[in-house]
Amino acid sequence: MHLEKLSLIEIRDLIAGKKVSSEEAVKFFIRQCEDKADLKAVVEIFYDAVERAKEIDKKIKLGQKVGVLAGVPIAIKDNILYKGKKAGCASKFMQDFIAPYSSTVVEKLLAEDAVIIGRTNMDEFAMGGSCENSCYGTCHNAIDKDYVAGGSSGGSAVAVAAGLVPCAIGTDTGGSIRQPASFNGVVGIKSTYGRVSRYGIVAFASSLDQACPIAKTIEDCDLVLSVIEGKDIHDGTTIDGRMQEDVKPQEIEKSCKMKLGICRQVIEKLKENDAAKEGYEKFSKALEKIKDKFEIVEVDIPHIASSLACYYIIAPAEAASNLARFDGVKYTKRAEGAKDLESVYVQSRSEGFGKEVKRRITLGNFVLSSGYFDAYYNKAKKVQRLIKKEFEEAFQSCDCLLLPTTLGTAFKLGGKLEDPVSMYMEDLFTVPANLAGIPAISIPYATAENGLPLGMQFMAKQRGEKLIIKAAKIFRDEIGGLL
Amino acid sequence: MSYLEGYDIVIGLEIHAELNTQTKVFCSCKNEFGAAPNSNTCPVCTGMPGALPILNRHAVELAIKAGLSFGCEISHYSVFERKNYFYPDLSKAYQISQLVYPLCVGGAVSLSSGKKIRLNRIHLEEDAGKLTHISKAVGTLVDYNRGGTPLIEMVTEPDFSSADEAVEFLKKVRECLVFEDIAKCHMEEGGMRCDVNLSLKPKGSSEFGIRTEMKNLNSFKSVQRAIEYEAKRQAEVLSTGEKIVQETRKWNDDKGKSTSMRSKEQAQDYRYFPDPDILPLNITDEDIERIRKEMVMLPSQRREIYQDKFGLPEYDSQILTSSKYISDYFEECVSYVDLPKKISNWIMVDLLKLVKEQEDFVFPISAQHLSQIIKMVEEKLINKNLGLQLLDKTIECGKDPLALAKEMGFLVSIGDEEIIVLLEKLKSENAKVRDDYALDPAKVEGYIVGYVMKNTGGKANAGKVKSLISKVFDK
Repeated sequence: MHLEKLSLIEIRDLIAGKKVSSEEAVKFFIRQCEDKADLKAVVEIFYDAVERAKEIDKKIKLGQKVGVLAGVPIAIKDNILYKGKKAGCASKFMQDFIAPYSSTVVEKLLAEDAVIIGRTNMDEFAMGGSCENSCYGTCHNAIDKDYVAGGSSGGSAVAVAAGLVPCAIGTDTGGSIRQPASFNGVVGIKSTYGRVSRYGIVAFASSLDQACPIAKTIEDCDLVLSVIEGKDIHDGTTIDGRMQEDVKPQEIEKSCKMKLGICRQVIEKLKENDAAKEGYEKFSKALEKIKDKFEIVEVDIPHIASSLACYYIIAPAEAASNLARFDGVKYTKRAEGAKDLESVYVQSRSEGFGKEVKRRITLGNFVLSSGYFDAYYNKAKKVQRLIKKEFEEAFQSCDCLLLPTTLGTAFKLGGKLEDPVSMYMEDLFTVPANLAGIPAISIPYATAENGLPLGMQFMAKQRGEKLIIKAAKIFRDEIGGLL
Repeated sequence: MSYLEGYDIVIGLEIHAELNTQTKVFCSCKNEFGAAPNSNTCPVCTGMPGALPILNRHAVELAIKAGLSFGCEISHYSVFERKNYFYPDLSKAYQISQLVYPLCVGGAVSLSSGKKIRLNRIHLEEDAGKLTHISKAVGTLVDYNRGGTPLIEMVTEPDFSSADEAVEFLKKVRECLVFEDIAKCHMEEGGMRCDVNLSLKPKGSSEFGIRTEMKNLNSFKSVQRAIEYEAKRQAEVLSTGEKIVQETRKWNDDKGKSTSMRSKEQAQDYRYFPDPDILPLNITDEDIERIRKEMVMLPSQRREIYQDKFGLPEYDSQILTSSKYISDYFEECVSYVDLPKKISNWIMVDLLKLVKEQEDFVFPISAQHLSQIIKMVEEKLINKNLGLQLLDKTIECGKDPLALAKEMGFLVSIGDEEIIVLLEKLKSENAKVRDDYALDPAKVEGYIVGYVMKNTGGKANAGKVKSLISKVFDK
């Protein structure tokens, strides 16, 4: 039985139909995790998941009502709290931290009888685009081990792509789900800001973070997102309503042709960038293939290219404040030899945080500091509002935007470690969705010369998850299925 | 005060008051004083990774009430910001506060001299936890019970020119906050604290001098003393030709002096920015009106009514409005029996002594029962002496005073015949009364009633006695 090839929904149906027990499925995927430990995708296996699987099997056997994810193994990123389990954020500073409570996302997964079998690797505190900044060691690309997994949710994407688990939850602040999904040939979705509760997820940039699924199919992502979405009394930024209700039936009715917007400024970026040459070719070819199924329109988002600059001001500013609580006083490791309060702070933080995290904290504190606040933070917020407005206007003339997830495929391990700006460029096409608070999905659609996959991205207006899901499905069917 | 000759004192205050909410401002932990360390805590107020604040609407309403009490403008758009700094009592390493868009703007408080002290703003924020330094070996312990307690911070303009004005202002503010149930203001528990900003300037000059700040003064007396000390200190520094150093100073109440804590150069950069976890507040006119309607009448307004409408002396009205409880109690009595001055006397003389020295006291008798007793005395069903006995008994067993009075035999009325016998006895024995009555019956009426009362142990009905006098004496 090749459970590793099946989708989450297929596995769920096998379990529900008593063809496979949850216990068998969980044990199978735990074995997969053990066998492929060298990928460093899963950093801890929760062996007690087997007991939980047995309980769910019992429920199914007795014909009791079970949840929509009954018995299905799922993994969570290392920054998502699951009571009693470690949540280390791939940081030396936090690696012994045991969650004293569960995140809303975990509660919702458990309420639908999912079985959480482990936690996945990531860039430290979700900062990075390669999954190389991890205290557990570098996570490898599922298709070619010499290449990066992408990040920050690299472990989640690799775990799904390598068949270690049918679905894993990641977090996306500037592309941290979609970029690694693209690099490993799987599907990753980022919801409208506020769709999924952030309660119990270690904050990186609070105004941009969303936790969402990575899976093999669009349908799997849709299902799992529908489980974890919803207003939460513990998160004041969550929105009312659900994906299904937020789009009018006529908007996703089959009979009408959907309008896909191609952003001129994105095309310019693709043309001017050498690294995007192959990506642009594949993108154009795909566009050619689908032109009968969609109405293609050109749109302008004049400031889309400023997204990156905005993002690298707003995200570090929030991160600097969010990460200040890791001070060596409470749950983080206290530096040995710290003599007084100041040295507890300085030494603990100096020893605990990795290089990239320190870089962003420094950047964040700088842009918030007195005398620079208006020039950086406030200006970035203004440009963000402008970008948001431009997206809203673009969606007046199209249902979805179509653009590549990244300029190119995954890059070689270590290739960008010493060049942070080039690493930040990886987020060029993903960051705008976070700044605009809109939903986006990445699906694998082509293979490059190096044998690595390329991802196609769909974006829609706020609350338009069902629009991107529908467009992505039509696109997939037209190009002959996902990779 | 010779050392200050030639200078004007300029003082501005920042007042922190803990709001009287059931729960903390960003989580559902209990907001109470004196619980076991860290027993009122949760992931939110201990700053656990992933925990998020949820704004307590009641705290917002109380802050708006405070704003309405002092004539502030209530902001329709208000934003919470993060004030970032490291200290172990601050679990998140930032305090959620307000900077650019506070809840309330402007406003003023009038002093008895007629001088107006302008408010700059009132904003809502969270309190920090508490550190206890044990010893070098054990170290310092943190208690996060107080962390996340809602506070309002009131900032005045630099309108005070003496310690007396500052203290009068603080008393007025405290009275109002307590009266409206906005805050308990238990100063010894840190429920109300005050920072003093003070500078001197040459008399008549319009330019401010360099100021110092004294933090966390928690009694009226220490505010008074700290201001007097600091004004003197600054005057002395200036008289030697030196400059004042802009700094934060710590007041030591035991030693009666302040010492430097940190200078301006060492001041923190708090890197304020809007808290992305809390959406900006939109407050509508309807919200404000609803809150305004919930508000009770302020002590000053009540005093006016007590004096003008009820005819009470100022002294009475002051005491009756010293707390909302007493004031409400008094007004409830008036609603039962329309004798404001009598009620006032009973409360001030007979009730307040029973609850002397207590903080949140409750009178041991209901307003309804007290009113009944007052009514019986005023209708001369019983005399004052019996009334007091009845008061004690009612407090003791909590029963209805009328029933008690009957039970105790206070109301056994003396029959007409018995009164007539007494009156006839008086007439026959006392020639002076007889003669005086013949001259002017009204003049001796009081004496005659008193005589009967005395001889019946106060149980005769005075009205009845009066109606029977002529029957006997005119014969």
